[in-house]
Amino acid sequence: MVGQILFIFIAVVTLLMALGVVVARNLFHAALFLVGVFFGVATLFILLEAEFLAMAQIVIYIGAIATLIVFAIMLSRGMMGKHLGKYNKQWYFAGGAMIFFFGLVSWLLVKMPFAPVSAEAPADAIQQIGSGFVGHYVVPFEVASVLLLVALVGAIMLARERNS
Amino acid sequence: MSESIFNLTWLIPLPTALAFFAIILFANPKKRLSSKIAVGGVIIAWILSWAVAIMFFVNPEFTEQPFDLAVPWIPMGNIVFHMGVAVDAVTAGMLFMVGFVLTMIFIYSTGYMSFPGHLDPEKYPDAAKEGLDPRYSRFFAYISLFATGMLGLVVADNLLMLFIFWEIMGLCSYLLIGFWFDKSYPDPKQITPKAAGLKAFLTTRVGDVLFMMGLIFLFIHAGDLNFQNIFANQEFLHELSTTTVNLPFFGAVTWAGLISMLIFWGAIGKSAQFPLHVWLPDAMEGPTPVSALIHAATMVSAGVYLIVRMSPLFSAAAHGGSGVMMFVAFIGAFTALFAATIAVAQKDIKKVLAYSTISQLGYMFAALGIGAWVAAIIHLLIHAFFKSLLFMGSGSVIHGVHHGHEHAHAHGHGEGGHEEYFDPQDMFNMGGLLKRMPITGWTFIIGGASLSAFPLITAGFWSKDEILAHAWADGHMAVYWTLAAGAFLTAFYTFRQIFLTFFGSPRTEAAEHAPESVRSMTWPLVALAFFALFGGFVAVPVDFPVVGGLASDFLAKLMEMQGEFYGLHVAPARFDWTPALISMTLALSGIVVAWLVYGWKPLKAKQSDPLRRWLGPVYTVLENKYYFDELYYFIAVRPTLWLASFFYLFDRGVIDRIVNWVGAFNRWLARTLRRWIDEYIIDGAVNGVGLVTTWTGAVVRLIQTGQAQNYLLILLLSVVILLLLIPFGS
Amino acid sequence: MTVPLSWYLIFATALFSLGFFGVLSRRNAVAVLMGVELMLNAVNVNLVAFWRYLTPTDLSGQIFVVFVFTVAAAEAAVGLALMISIYRTRKTINVEEINALKH
Repeated sequence: MVGQILFIFIAVVTLLMALGVVVARNLFHAALFLVGVFFGVATLFILLEAEFLAMAQIVIYIGAIATLIVFAIMLSRGMMGKHLGKYNKQWYFAGGAMIFFFGLVSWLLVKMPFAPVSAEAPADAIQQIGSGFVGHYVVPFEVASVLLLVALVGAIMLARERNS
Repeated sequence: MSESIFNLTWLIPLPTALAFFAIILFANPKKRLSSKIAVGGVIIAWILSWAVAIMFFVNPEFTEQPFDLAVPWIPMGNIVFHMGVAVDAVTAGMLFMVGFVLTMIFIYSTGYMSFPGHLDPEKYPDAAKEGLDPRYSRFFAYISLFATGMLGLVVADNLLMLFIFWEIMGLCSYLLIGFWFDKSYPDPKQITPKAAGLKAFLTTRVGDVLFMMGLIFLFIHAGDLNFQNIFANQEFLHELSTTTVNLPFFGAVTWAGLISMLIFWGAIGKSAQFPLHVWLPDAMEGPTPVSALIHAATMVSAGVYLIVRMSPLFSAAAHGGSGVMMFVAFIGAFTALFAATIAVAQKDIKKVLAYSTISQLGYMFAALGIGAWVAAIIHLLIHAFFKSLLFMGSGSVIHGVHHGHEHAHAHGHGEGGHEEYFDPQDMFNMGGLLKRMPITGWTFIIGGASLSAFPLITAGFWSKDEILAHAWADGHMAVYWTLAAGAFLTAFYTFRQIFLTFFGSPRTEAAEHAPESVRSMTWPLVALAFFALFGGFVAVPVDFPVVGGLASDFLAKLMEMQGEFYGLHVAPARFDWTPALISMTLALSGIVVAWLVYGWKPLKAKQSDPLRRWLGPVYTVLENKYYFDELYYFIAVRPTLWLASFFYLFDRGVIDRIVNWVGAFNRWLARTLRRWIDEYIIDGAVNGVGLVTTWTGAVVRLIQTGQAQNYLLILLLSVVILLLLIPFGS
Repeated sequence: MTVPLSWYLIFATALFSLGFFGVLSRRNAVAVLMGVELMLNAVNVNLVAFWRYLTPTDLSGQIFVVFVFTVAAAEAAVGLALMISIYRTRKTINVEEINALKH
């Protein structure tokens, strides 16, 4: 019962902040809401007993990605003319379609016969994740590291000032 | 020791890939350096592939358990997908051919890609001074990437990897056909390189989508795409050929039949078989080395290679009562004859070869359809040698004629010809070139003799005869006679080409002054001519009188042993005098008829083709390729364009007007009503109507706006429709 | 384990829908990127919930989340760099005006 109340509280707060991300006119506010969403998702990870992911979520998303976004907003202040609205022309339709999509998928999910097993989460989860990366998942892991490297170099190449 | 060589197999596609990256990243501005990097890369690949191939040839016991080296790639739930390389007899044979032909064509390209005639030297002063194509480096980058695609496809041990490399080749083909994308012709109906590239890409896409569907079905059933795991597993194949699926229009078909049919369509597209053959002749707009490499020796034969790989599945499907093998045989035999008839009436030296390639690929598919896959793979290998030789010879001729044309102009000979467009690929502008270009001429004649299956001394005779012998021995008389008629036409159009190009007297100033090509172009011709003559001695039937005892058929033996591993039993066709004599007679009589028409009394300048007089309207039909381009334009291209312009006009003319009109009406309504009723209420209503108006406009204007968000919205709608299929479908 | 699995899934769907709505309708490219981050987070919640409820002994679900982190980081870095680059050349990051595909 406590778990359910906790879940509902976190879920509602997180979703409200997510709503804030998409409706906030001020981009900086949107970015702050985004940090809130990341934090909410991290607490859900803790509820799901995925502590490692919760930590990683905070370190990577809040520590790196959100910071990056805030920096980008600061650097590009005045990019948007004030006369422009925050939404494009198709937003009514997109909103309607998204509500329909949400209803449809939720309905399908509720109908879907999942078979939960009630087992304890393994105590050595972090250890298993670590050995998974150097064992079973070694090739995707290496590919991911190459991807990060490429993204790093690519981002520098793209964003650098050209002297000529 | 020998096993350890195979461990190097995965390195084979690597040198050319590294060359590609080295050129595009670093060496691009330096043209000579780029070509050296590319040639160096391909030579390393050649050495590696020959090391692997020869090691396999001398140790036939490897056929019992082919080499496979795979690493876990993507774990998906309970299945771990493995990627890797495999070597069996078919791979070894392909590696032998591909490595060598690639190297020859790379070397040839260093000479061929000189400054092209259609460009204005003043626009590219540096390139013109060097005498090299302005995009010389880019060409070598592209063909290096292509080489990676082909080598990777050959060594791939599973269908997914094969498909990836298959698509890399498709991309390179598109890029290279359109390599001279700024070229245009005075005749607006003649297809430009840019359009030809697009056409090739889109036409092969039709086949590739079906191929991918086949792959997905196969993966669903097998949980794996590794060749050895699937095709050496008799139980699985049997199960696949006995379980059925209900299709609309077709009724119940076996899974094996459905999957092999879908995959065969991929091969039809890639190997330019009827009805998806239309792209290959237009692909000749690319530089000639590209035609030799991609559209004769390697990429187009990848379709045949694929079906050879899939043979166990096809034969399982045939055992399960599916007619897919018959379909393959029909498409192959029909295309072989159909394309040969078109080749008879072409005047462009490369178009003749293009149709000849389609026709020869048809022979291979016919062989696969009657179960003679050993004959098919051997014809594939030998055809690659002589057809790339012929293409490179034709490139050398085009170069020579082009230089002759410039030379004639420079010396003021070509009076009056200045304004006229001169086509250096038109065979009626040639003649007597054997004296001017002896090496090109003689090697071309060797290649042509091999293509026409000149008895006993050429490689083409042995490989083609094998297919005909199988068709005869297994009682496929319709296939036999279709292919035999094709063989007659093949000999005829080949020697028509040879007589028109190399014999008689020059019909233009350009042909009179044509110089022999540079050594980097002639040497590869000589090397390939060697294989075009003697390559066939790897497949001489043992019981062939006299010669059979002298030569060996080790390659055919090797392939048969490999077939046992995959559960395919192909007995070599017993030698029979009747079909052998018929095919020899037909080939020789084709040559004799060509001589009677074109060799005996050589054509004079401006004289039209005597066949045109004799065949009349038939010739026109053939010359226009049975009007297939027009037909496809009519049934596929025009409706698409029409639909696109309809939507455009609809958007502009109807929707915009409705939107404007409704808007104006609203304004009028608002103004009128404001006087009478409380303006706050009405204002709200009007805004509502305006909102609906904008909304309608926005919805209908979704098509083709160039905005990523619109496309994403359409994607969302498609997903929603697919999701609705879950509860409401089935 | 008192919270049913479907709650998590519906939460993730809602988060995903909000994110997708942002992607579909925000004018500012940075806001679009934030929408993408929301969608990726929704996927992560799904992956972890499925892991916890369906296969708690096999940690593949968690490992995939780490891959999603990687992709998200790469996407954010490249996306923001692209935005700065586009802003320099075209003086706008209004998604509606970035339609060179059409021309």
